[in-house]
Amino acid sequence: MEQTRTVVEMRNITKRFPGIVANDNVSFKLSKGEIHALLGENGAGKSTLMNILFGLYQPEEGEIFVNGQEVAIDGPNKAISLGIGMVHQHFKLVHPFTVTENIILGSEPKKWMGLSVDKKLAYEKIGKLSKQYGLNIDPYAKIDDISVGMQQRVEILKTLYRGADILIFDEPTAVLTPQEISELLVIMRNLVQQGKSIILITHKLKEIMAIADTVTIVRRGKVIDSLPTAGTNPNQLAEKMVGREVSLKLDKKDAVLGEPVLEVDRLVVKGRSGLNALNETSFVLKRGEILGIAGVEGNGQSELIEALTGLRSVTSGSIKLGDEIISGQTPRKISEAGLSLIPEDRHKHGLVLDFPIRENMVLETYYQPQFNKNGFLDFGAIEKHAERLVKEFDVRTPSIMTDARALSGGNQQKAIIAREVDKNPEVLIAAQPTRGLDVGAIEFIHKRLVEQRNMGKAVLLVSYELDEIMQLSDRIAVIYEGRIVGEVKPSETNDQQLGLMMTDYKQPQGGPDNIE
Amino acid sequence: MKKSTKIFTGIMLVASLALTACGAKNNTNNGASSPSASAPASPSASADNSGKGFKIAMVTDVGGVNDKSFNQGAWEGLKKLEADTGASVKYLESKEATNYLTNMNQFVRDKYNLTWGIGFLMGDAVKDAATKNPDAQLAIIDNVVDAPNVASITFAENEGSFLVGVVAGLTTKTNKIGFVGGIEIPVIKRFELGFVAGVKAVNPDAKVTVVYTGAFDKADLGKAAAASLYNDKNDIIFHAAGGTGNGVFNEAKERNKTAAADKKVWVIGVDKDQSIEFGDDVTLTSMLKRVDQAVYTVSKELIAGDFPAGKITVLGLKDDAVGLPDTSSKNVSKEILDKVEEYKQKIISGEITVPTAQ
Amino acid sequence: MNKFLKIITKESAIVPFIAIVLGLIVGAIIMLIGGYDPILAYRSLLNKVFGNPYDFGETLTAITPLVFTGLSVAFAFRTGLFNIGAEGQYIMGMTGATFVGVNLHMPWYLHAPFAIIVGTLIGGIWGMIAGYLKAARGVNEVITTIMLNWIALHLANYTVNHFLLEPGKGRSYMIDPSAQVTIGWLSRLLDDARVHWGMFFALLCVVFFYVYLFRTKQGYELRVVGSNSDAAQYAGINVNKSIVKAMFISGAFAGMAGVFQVLGVFMNQAIAASPTGHGFDGIAVALLGGNNPVGVLFGAVLFGTLSYGAAGMSFGADVPPEIIRIVIGSVIFFVAAPGIIRWLMKRLSAKKRKGEVV
Repeated sequence: MEQTRTVVEMRNITKRFPGIVANDNVSFKLSKGEIHALLGENGAGKSTLMNILFGLYQPEEGEIFVNGQEVAIDGPNKAISLGIGMVHQHFKLVHPFTVTENIILGSEPKKWMGLSVDKKLAYEKIGKLSKQYGLNIDPYAKIDDISVGMQQRVEILKTLYRGADILIFDEPTAVLTPQEISELLVIMRNLVQQGKSIILITHKLKEIMAIADTVTIVRRGKVIDSLPTAGTNPNQLAEKMVGREVSLKLDKKDAVLGEPVLEVDRLVVKGRSGLNALNETSFVLKRGEILGIAGVEGNGQSELIEALTGLRSVTSGSIKLGDEIISGQTPRKISEAGLSLIPEDRHKHGLVLDFPIRENMVLETYYQPQFNKNGFLDFGAIEKHAERLVKEFDVRTPSIMTDARALSGGNQQKAIIAREVDKNPEVLIAAQPTRGLDVGAIEFIHKRLVEQRNMGKAVLLVSYELDEIMQLSDRIAVIYEGRIVGEVKPSETNDQQLGLMMTDYKQPQGGPDNIE
Repeated sequence: MKKSTKIFTGIMLVASLALTACGAKNNTNNGASSPSASAPASPSASADNSGKGFKIAMVTDVGGVNDKSFNQGAWEGLKKLEADTGASVKYLESKEATNYLTNMNQFVRDKYNLTWGIGFLMGDAVKDAATKNPDAQLAIIDNVVDAPNVASITFAENEGSFLVGVVAGLTTKTNKIGFVGGIEIPVIKRFELGFVAGVKAVNPDAKVTVVYTGAFDKADLGKAAAASLYNDKNDIIFHAAGGTGNGVFNEAKERNKTAAADKKVWVIGVDKDQSIEFGDDVTLTSMLKRVDQAVYTVSKELIAGDFPAGKITVLGLKDDAVGLPDTSSKNVSKEILDKVEEYKQKIISGEITVPTAQ
Repeated sequence: MNKFLKIITKESAIVPFIAIVLGLIVGAIIMLIGGYDPILAYRSLLNKVFGNPYDFGETLTAITPLVFTGLSVAFAFRTGLFNIGAEGQYIMGMTGATFVGVNLHMPWYLHAPFAIIVGTLIGGIWGMIAGYLKAARGVNEVITTIMLNWIALHLANYTVNHFLLEPGKGRSYMIDPSAQVTIGWLSRLLDDARVHWGMFFALLCVVFFYVYLFRTKQGYELRVVGSNSDAAQYAGINVNKSIVKAMFISGAFAGMAGVFQVLGVFMNQAIAASPTGHGFDGIAVALLGGNNPVGVLFGAVLFGTLSYGAAGMSFGADVPPEIIRIVIGSVIFFVAAPGIIRWLMKRLSAKKRKGEVV
């Protein structure tokens, strides 16, 4: 293998956006046959750099060389013709179409002098490609019917079909289950072996250590370092990425359990499709503990959260908060009864992005007497409130008048947590609290959750990230198809066992026995 | 939100452009022309320059100057006046009802010798302008305004309609005849009453079915009404419904395409000679209402110093302001036309009084 | 106060300004192609609007309903709704005011306020119907409001026809003088222009719009629902109630437009064959104003000035009114497509930069 040949070189790239320099004199080199990780916090400039390479942005300064030739990449089509393909974080697929139809969309094999699509040829070709790279995709399957992991493979195949030799993966593991992640890593190795080169955009240190040959760390638009992974360790990488020392391990005292505060009893809730999304789910949450709900996305977690917060009606069963039955109450009543939620989708559910931070900080409390004087909002009080929260929770924002949209993901999440924790709730539900955040923000948020628990509050953590569940929880309940299929202590289990429980693979020792 | 904002904005853009476009009408570009521009176009050779120095104008209602109806007719009358007398003429279109008064005032304030308000709807505006400007001279078509400086011109639509009623009564084979009206207002009621009287006068057995569509601008309603009338064995329909009547013509045309010769259906047009627009195969005849003639005549009276201020002029058969076009002879037999002429004389002489409405 | 100042910030003020200039240029080009003198035309337009007190007063009267309907559309938009039904709400407001003005008799200090309140409420209720259907049944408000426009039109015609009709006039009886809201002294000052208290109400509504939406608890709720209804739901805000409330207020604004047209301008309600277009113009005005209350005010001034001045162009430069609609259309086009202007500005400034380097 010609390990040393450089396939892509970006020299002294500078890209400015109004107010910030996204890439400041950045240089980057990709060798043939390597997996090169691009590591950085959100907003560090790694996506900007890759969007420049893929032709979505034009740099103000700098040159790009592909296979030794200087090129001007003025659009994705140019990038594709140069053999560059991008697997986006958010898939761009047409759901009612088959795998093959999605892949050939835009570059269909033609027949009858270009008047018709040669579907047969297309299906054959896709089948062959899939086999060649070990992707194991059914070319005839509809996107609707295949898993998220499979959909990602369709995206990979799409780039290969268009002849990509250089593949850019943008946060590819964010949406995958542990099993799917390990399968993806195998596929990536496979691709490199067949002569492809890969750029992996990520902020997950574990993955980098597992698969990347080289890692380039970007911070605030500048390249901090570029080094082989063999000679480094996660702590060092984290430090370079954040610019200060970060503790990856969480200091956590043993839980001091109090009385039960949230009791969910045989809860049945219908999902969007009208079928039962929760099937007699029961669990108890006590003061002073973090209960982690582990499970693959789509097994009733969202419905559970919506039922708990009053957004979804309960078919049968009950939810008790303290001494109060809260099932069937309005969201506002439940919130007042002492339940706070850090929602899963902070853009859609947690914030009003077009509103300033000031107004986002009172989203649930604006009507209360401290902010509401005879029907008029007391902006003085609201501003004081927002200033205090921004300071206490270290929300980095130019001012409280800045629109929430302008903040980085981590700071948006901090703002939500500030708002929710400040309500001083009995129970704090944290749904995917660190999704898409970088190490620094994750550290901060985890600390805050543990702090709440140490103060004797009850925390319900719903997450699809096993690491997070394992690290934070005092107790783990595994949810599968709307049922709690098992409860374990983190100290008594491991990723492998949890992963199997999450897919309801019955094991003699870990398998739950309460299912008929 | 960002995306939906874009979509919203998109919809708004499309909607507002479409709506703006809806308001626009064809324009002939020769709009309010100067004397030199349109004088040569006139076939009339009798330019006498008696009107030199006279400024005469008209204000249309919301129908606009190209409405293929009375507004257009009135403007044709003024253009002929310009060609014949050298008077300078001008018009303003009203986009909405609030403009009636302001447009009238535009001319009044600019010291026009005569300003016409065209159409029934202009009544209040003409009255208002006349009251506040007692020195101005105004005239109105199709309405009566009680003011000393306003000439009110109305038509004896009932008389003309009586004559087309005679044609219909003598032509029908099924003895069933339809009438499609726009909105049930006095003007249209006059058409209906005159028509029914005419039919009954020559053919007492014939049955006239009267339908009001409730609109002057809904061709679809006219088509639907015509369809049910034709289905019900009516073989002639007289419409007095403006644009709604276009639907009546369309329905008749479709039927005649496939119908046997003896099953053909007819339409009687209104206001103008509609055989020119819709063809001789469906247009039996039309009830002319010579708005152009009225505007021309009264304007000329003004030039001659004989303006009928404060008077109500009802123009009828005797003035040739209503009646049948010459093209009628194509589809109407000589005998029937003779009969029409006979009734015309009887009406003019007062031997027959045609019923009318307020 | 920040939001309030936003419209005066650099870009948001410059973009509409350039859009207007570009629109006027496009209009000028079209006039040149059509063989008209654009400079004379625009001068005539300005002359028509500012040339004398009467036309100036009438321009204010033309602007007033546009402020109301513009606010109506903008308010709904701010709360995430697209109200195409301002037209219907306008008509219902008109009908309510006419009914009170004609059929009830009371002293002036009760009559006019009562007519205003009733008309406004009916307009609001008409909007609320669409809001309710959306909240309770999930029916898209675009569809329902369009349907309700036609229902309103025919319901209004029915009401006028059966309860308010002055025989032979095609319109309702005149409202009692006690219900009129004209401003006598100002009207005399402005040469009898039909100025009325509605314009001051319009200004009050601009202030109300701002204060209610940006300063009150309820306005906050509506804005959250409008910006992100999911987040609103999570925050415990009753989204359905907010939708109904927003549509009520939006409808009330539009209703007020109709109320003041009756009580201040027409003093009666005519049987209308088709919508007046004020409600639809409101969409364009809201777009021009960026859905900001002060912006709407400016948008209405622009739109109203151009519409009213169109007659001046027609009168002074013989330009047909269609051209002015093209100008208005172009302005809206450029305002709605700020991307074009930003692109232009960028290119211009880039050129300038390059020039400096050289």
